Amino acid sequence: MTTTFPFEAESTEDELKTVGTAAVRIDGLDKISGAAEFVDDMDFGPGLLHAAIVESPHAYAKILSIDTSEAEKAKGVVRVVTGDDFPYKFGMYMEDRYIFAQDHVRFVGEQVAGIIARSHREAVQAAKLIKVEYEVLKPLLDPKKAFADDAELVHPDLGDYTHVPWFFPQANTNIAHWRKIRKGDTEKAFAEADYVLEDTYTVPRYAHCAIEPHVTVSKLDQSDRLTVWTASQSPHTQRHLFAEALAPLGFTHKDVRVITPYVGGGFGGKAGVSMEIMGAAMATLVKGRPVKLRWTREQEFYNTYQRQGVIAELKVGVMNDGTITAVEHRLYWDAGAYVEYGANVVNAAGLSATGPYRVPNITNDSLCMYTNLPPGGPYRGFGYSEFHFGLESHMDRIAEAIGMDPVDFRRKNAIVEGDELAYGAHMNPSGLIEAIDKVADAIDWGTDEESDNPDTVMGKGMALFWKAPAMPPNASSASFLKFNEDGSLNITVSGMELGQGYLTVMAQIASEVLTVPVEKIRVETPDTDRNPYEWQTVASHVTWSSGLAVEKAAIEARGKIFDVIHQVYGYEDDSLYLEDEKVKCKTDPDFEKLLSDFVIDGIQTEEGTWRGGPIIATGKFMPEFTNANSDPETGQGGHPNVHYTVGATGVVLEIDKDSGRIWVRKAALAVDAGRAINPDLVTGQIVGGLVQGLATVLYEDMRFDEGGKMMNPTFTDYKIPTAFDIPDEIIPIIVEVPQPDGPFGARGVGEHTMIAAAPVIANAVYDALGVRIKSMPITQEKIAMSYLEKRSG
Amino acid sequence: MDLEINVNGEQWVLNVAPADVLLDVLREQVGTKSPKIGCERGDCGSCTILMDGRSVRSCLVLAVEAEGHDIVTVEGISYEGMSQLQDLFISTNAFQCGFCAPGIVLAATELLENNPDPTRHDVQDALAGNLCRCTGYEPIIEAVLAAAPARQEGDSQ
Repeated sequence: MTTTFPFEAESTEDELKTVGTAAVRIDGLDKISGAAEFVDDMDFGPGLLHAAIVESPHAYAKILSIDTSEAEKAKGVVRVVTGDDFPYKFGMYMEDRYIFAQDHVRFVGEQVAGIIARSHREAVQAAKLIKVEYEVLKPLLDPKKAFADDAELVHPDLGDYTHVPWFFPQANTNIAHWRKIRKGDTEKAFAEADYVLEDTYTVPRYAHCAIEPHVTVSKLDQSDRLTVWTASQSPHTQRHLFAEALAPLGFTHKDVRVITPYVGGGFGGKAGVSMEIMGAAMATLVKGRPVKLRWTREQEFYNTYQRQGVIAELKVGVMNDGTITAVEHRLYWDAGAYVEYGANVVNAAGLSATGPYRVPNITNDSLCMYTNLPPGGPYRGFGYSEFHFGLESHMDRIAEAIGMDPVDFRRKNAIVEGDELAYGAHMNPSGLIEAIDKVADAIDWGTDEESDNPDTVMGKGMALFWKAPAMPPNASSASFLKFNEDGSLNITVSGMELGQGYLTVMAQIASEVLTVPVEKIRVETPDTDRNPYEWQTVASHVTWSSGLAVEKAAIEARGKIFDVIHQVYGYEDDSLYLEDEKVKCKTDPDFEKLLSDFVIDGIQTEEGTWRGGPIIATGKFMPEFTNANSDPETGQGGHPNVHYTVGATGVVLEIDKDSGRIWVRKAALAVDAGRAINPDLVTGQIVGGLVQGLATVLYEDMRFDEGGKMMNPTFTDYKIPTAFDIPDEIIPIIVEVPQPDGPFGARGVGEHTMIAAAPVIANAVYDALGVRIKSMPITQEKIAMSYLEKRSG
Repeated sequence: MDLEINVNGEQWVLNVAPADVLLDVLREQVGTKSPKIGCERGDCGSCTILMDGRSVRSCLVLAVEAEGHDIVTVEGISYEGMSQLQDLFISTNAFQCGFCAPGIVLAATELLENNPDPTRHDVQDALAGNLCRCTGYEPIIEAVLAAAPARQEGDSQ
């Protein structure tokens, strides 16, 4: 049984002209000429004010007093702000945050007060004059300790918090959400299994490290309209949360406007609302003056969302023929001090923690644990990268234990269309087997490679991945489309161009339907007053969801075009078609009419009157087959995910036996894009995502001291890859098994490409040296020490 | 204090404080916004400019140190159309979010000025001070190699 989709996309069988081609990005000239404007580049005139934030030095403390008197007198200071000014809660999926701390601080770096001053320098100087008296409390820094019965509570009022219906917070504990899956009979399956492997894997926290820091400029004008220019993945969600949180001040949605120009990288870090709400709130106190709040690189590390750490306890049972019979996955997430967004990462992982395998008996417990570390949140991969590390390491170990080739083992258990998922719904069409075979082929799986260097040894690894968009069941997208006099098009949407090429892909979809060349289409970045609704640019869903909205708008426009032709010339609509920016007719080969002749001015009839007028159209998409109403104890009964994108990653690496240094000689990654609307851009996601994923396992690692303070919040100490730190060769492979409801069969690929990078390295290191490393990152030091231990017996 | 600098071929006389950083002065007083603020400590390279033809991180240069020097930003090389290198960046979709692009274009421009036939290692070396989080560098390296004068001559033969 498969899902019946209410909207079937345009036929994918016809010959496509634009979709499937490596069209040149429509933002190319903007970005390479230096013209592209990011929020920090916008001019706001001499009235611009600057904000700085006073941060907590303690991971957990009670605020006894805040003395702002000295700061208020400091040169250039216009206003000092504290939690007393805004005693309002906010949150994406659970309202557990305040704009500025109220009676407690819960992580090092939490905002306690703010300064608005005439210059950035004056704001920073004045922030140092604010005196805060704290009663320091003992911080909880470990999710398993937070789970203990006698643990201090990070949020004693958890039971009263407002949250979405698919979260299950446990009052009077630190468990902000507990996603359970109970399917089949795991205990019985383990008892009957020929082999059972149980182990624990740990993954630390990671930072997004978009090169553009968070920045926002907010202005409340004299007419009480609040405009926020922001580097965000989520303009409409931000407007909604600003309007909700600031409703006590009298704001409604119509009074709040969010404008988002180009964004300098997101990776999830600029989704939802984090620091932006401070800027928006502060601006309400200095009417008429724009206020800029820009994070430093340090703040970027410790006071935006971080990728959550996890302790994963995994037990898998198999039969001797290699059939997986049971998975028990218990994930303790270090979700941080506030989980308003991060709890949904926990939820998404809990639903899918079997990985891309057919598993009849499942017990998943995904536990969202409050700790006194910075708030966890969305990061490319959304929980999947984290649990795949243990899961895909485990699969190799099981294959070895039962004497099977790890690729054969995966092929045997790989999920296929129609297989039942952990929550009872069924798997969408998927090219997983094809991806496995193509990656195996690309890295010559089954052939041992020898190093010419006696000090080094070669290793190969393979790992699979899957991921579904994690979104509310009614997350939707919309688009407006209008023709111009010359037959060119303007399209407005509210997905964000984060670098992935979204604007270009939307142009390609409209171009395919309307035959207008991509170069004649302008797709605008969002302004919530003018562009139609989009939930957020996250979850790898905009090519699919926003793409469907654009496709529908284009189809509507085409219908209106045919109607005009029908009115004037009498041809039936179904005899008309578009080709090369002209309307043509199947029953009259001599007929053709240029779009530019009539899409604004209409067509003159024989009587001298006119028909038609400006061709404008709208499109929207909401997945009407999803629902999040499942049984809290079993997770059964709902249909929370729209579809999964799957794929495989393989590497060939060389390791220095003494130093543990790794060189990735070759990496291959196959992802099932359904249909690659623009293969160049899919390749861009493969290469970029793979390198970002390899960095989490080879280089990056957030370190905190015993007080919960991040010790390496700079690019000097938190190493992201440079041009030298990439594989010698990357082989991108695009698999295309169409998604029935996708635009031309497309589904998202943005996050997936980093998901399997960590386990594939773990598996290749084992292949090379026979040492199994179960904690990320897999540093040179860990490899060298483990190998030394192994050699010395 | 007065500061006299040449930015993109135009002479400017500016009033700056001794502690002012060149990056801020270029962005706020001259209005050239292509050098970006990414880390303010010389790690990321998004503020890269050419000073007398050499790439420098403008966040690590005091404005007064630029007295009498010629400064070029990406705006400056784009007035009369795109360079061969810029054209290749565009036509091969070699970038993504574009935030690091101005710095990378300048670092690569400097390389190709001095080395018409760079190896892959040379390109990696020239770009090692410019962080890019989106692309995984591969398409950028390929575009720079393709734009190398020696390669261009080879193509036209």
